[in-house]
Amino acid sequence: MKGILAPHLENMPTSCVLSISDLHVSVEGTTVIKGLSLEIKKGEVHALMGRNGAGKSTLANVLMGHPSYEITQGNIHFNGIPLDELEVFERARAGMFLSFQYPQAIPGVQVGTFLRKSVQAVRKEDCPTNRELRDEMKVAMKILGVENSFLGRYVNDGFSGGEKKRLEILQMLLLKPKLAMLDETDSGLDIDALRMVADGINSISDDAACLVITHYQRLLDHVKPSHVHVMIDGRIVKEGGPELAIQVEDKGYDWLEPTNA
Amino acid sequence: MSQDARDAVGDYRYGFHDPENATIRFDFGLSEQVVRDISELKNEPQWMTDIRVKAFKHFISRPMPDWGNSEMLNSIDFEKVCYYLKSSKGSETDWDEVPEDIKNTFERLGIPDAEQKWLGGVTAQYESEVVYHSIREDLEEQGVVFLDMDSGLREYEDVVKEYFGSVVPYSDNKFSALNTAVWSGGSFLIIPEGVHVEMPVQAYFRINAKNMGQFERTLIIARPGSSVHYIEGCTAPTYSTDSLHSAVVELIAEEGSHIRYSTVQNWSTNVYNLVTKRGVAYRNSTIEWVDGNIGSRLTMKYPAVILKEEGAHAEVISVAYSGEGQHQDAGSKVHHLAPNTTSRILAKSISKNGGRSSYRGLVKVSPKAHNCKVSVVCDALLLDEDSRSDTYPTMEVSNQSCVVEHEASVSKVSGEQLFYLMSRGHTEEQAMGMIINGFFEPFTKELPLEYASELNKLLEMEMEGSIG
Repeated sequence: MKGILAPHLENMPTSCVLSISDLHVSVEGTTVIKGLSLEIKKGEVHALMGRNGAGKSTLANVLMGHPSYEITQGNIHFNGIPLDELEVFERARAGMFLSFQYPQAIPGVQVGTFLRKSVQAVRKEDCPTNRELRDEMKVAMKILGVENSFLGRYVNDGFSGGEKKRLEILQMLLLKPKLAMLDETDSGLDIDALRMVADGINSISDDAACLVITHYQRLLDHVKPSHVHVMIDGRIVKEGGPELAIQVEDKGYDWLEPTNA
Repeated sequence: MSQDARDAVGDYRYGFHDPENATIRFDFGLSEQVVRDISELKNEPQWMTDIRVKAFKHFISRPMPDWGNSEMLNSIDFEKVCYYLKSSKGSETDWDEVPEDIKNTFERLGIPDAEQKWLGGVTAQYESEVVYHSIREDLEEQGVVFLDMDSGLREYEDVVKEYFGSVVPYSDNKFSALNTAVWSGGSFLIIPEGVHVEMPVQAYFRINAKNMGQFERTLIIARPGSSVHYIEGCTAPTYSTDSLHSAVVELIAEEGSHIRYSTVQNWSTNVYNLVTKRGVAYRNSTIEWVDGNIGSRLTMKYPAVILKEEGAHAEVISVAYSGEGQHQDAGSKVHHLAPNTTSRILAKSISKNGGRSSYRGLVKVSPKAHNCKVSVVCDALLLDEDSRSDTYPTMEVSNQSCVVEHEASVSKVSGEQLFYLMSRGHTEEQAMGMIINGFFEPFTKELPLEYASELNKLLEMEMEGSIG
């Protein structure tokens, strides 16, 4: 089922931003990803769907380099570079971004300072001046409906669920990743916040490869995926276009269980 | 260079030293004669000589404290300390008159530059004597007195006689006795009634010689309705032998006045820092201690406030950073003697590489002190398993109408926090530095911007090469 492209993507360059082949991952001795392959090109939005515990978040964390997970088999390339050669911070600087399902609070560190330091760390080649960054922030904050006072608060400290997710997307917009991975960014958002988050994703999706992890169709009403993958028990069991997400919404996941296939 | 050597020398950027060009240098060791010689050298009035001698006798007879870190305290060899060393002719008011090598030291420390940009006044003490002092003309015109303590004694003898030892008597503890016996230098500051000193005034204390003892004495008097922010910084070269810094600071905050006293202590790790700081707050006045302890081998320091009259307020914000071989035993004391007095203590500490931080606090509410409010919060952050944090809070509340809040926490940096920050392009060291700066932010935000960013850089440097 590979290679289902939205019509406007037909002419995109074919080099893969992310290429995963036969990935096996274990955590504390338990195998949670059991042979997963996936390719994402620039301009593509891939939705990865599945129930809780299917291994979706594990995949996102492994890609970002979380130290708790061990890759036991297979390999991952990011823009042609074997990922295991890169430390976590090098992955970020190379253009990978993960919007966390549970963003961490960093008490005492102001959002504005954190954003500036992160942009300076990641965008070494096109590092904006302070003035340019301020302008970029203004635009991004407008898309997300975020007030200026947000910048003076401490990173995720005492934030509501919606505020945390907006900060994740704000970081994504400013860091301008080549690969954006969004782990359950839609969960716990009201409809307005969901629309704003979707606008954020849509505003970068032409220039980046996107992997959107979700178990609802909801977000996909606003972010059109070019590809949809369904993950069950550590494997991708079904791939398709946007219509697959709708089928999943209608029928759930049971019909996709390997034993029922 | 080994990691240990780098920690000891390379990362401590103030560890340089200049050649010793002493004009007067006393032999090592302490005796009544040394005490009398210091007083005579300074041409002091008889009453000061008498106090010094009494204090010396008390120091000799007083046992070493058996709390804090007795092992480290007992390793101090008082016979291997130089009690007086003078490297310049006198205290200058023009940097060009300060001896070249000493001027270079303070230029490397950025003092003249800071003075021009954002300070209302400066004193710079090198070894035993203040080598430079100045105050902005507009403050002088308003009657603000900012001198080194020796000049203060000469020019305002009556004031010094009235207040010297009135807040910290020599008999308070062994080290206040030592300081009273051999004191030299320090600041003398009087803010006249109703005058608000908008720009901070700063004192900088530098030890340069080996085995040096620095014993400055500071007295600050804020007359009714006045306000001032006084800042002190301290550094020393890194030597393999020990130096001793034992200061006494006395604050008098008269009715409706406001004194803020900020310290960023960054002694090299061969310095014992044993300091007594205390203020008396009269009606509706405020005393704030903003106290940062980053350097030294052993610090024992508990800035105190006596809330003597109704409506007085005490605020103590302190941070302590203990690395390898360091013990910061710091905290605060507040005595509520009058009704409607309030106090807030916030103490934060970070320990790494086997460093040890202790919070030691005492809050006393007297029977007459109705409707007081007390808040004590202690937070400790441990960066590894080898480090240690202890809390010794004591509350003696003798009035039932008092509202007391006390919180204490010990936490560790979580792997998830580090991963989150690293996923934003920060190395592990940078991520750790950010978490630490954030942890100290309630302290740094109280400092002038220039100091805060300096402190943040310092802490980030402490993190470099510390994670392997």
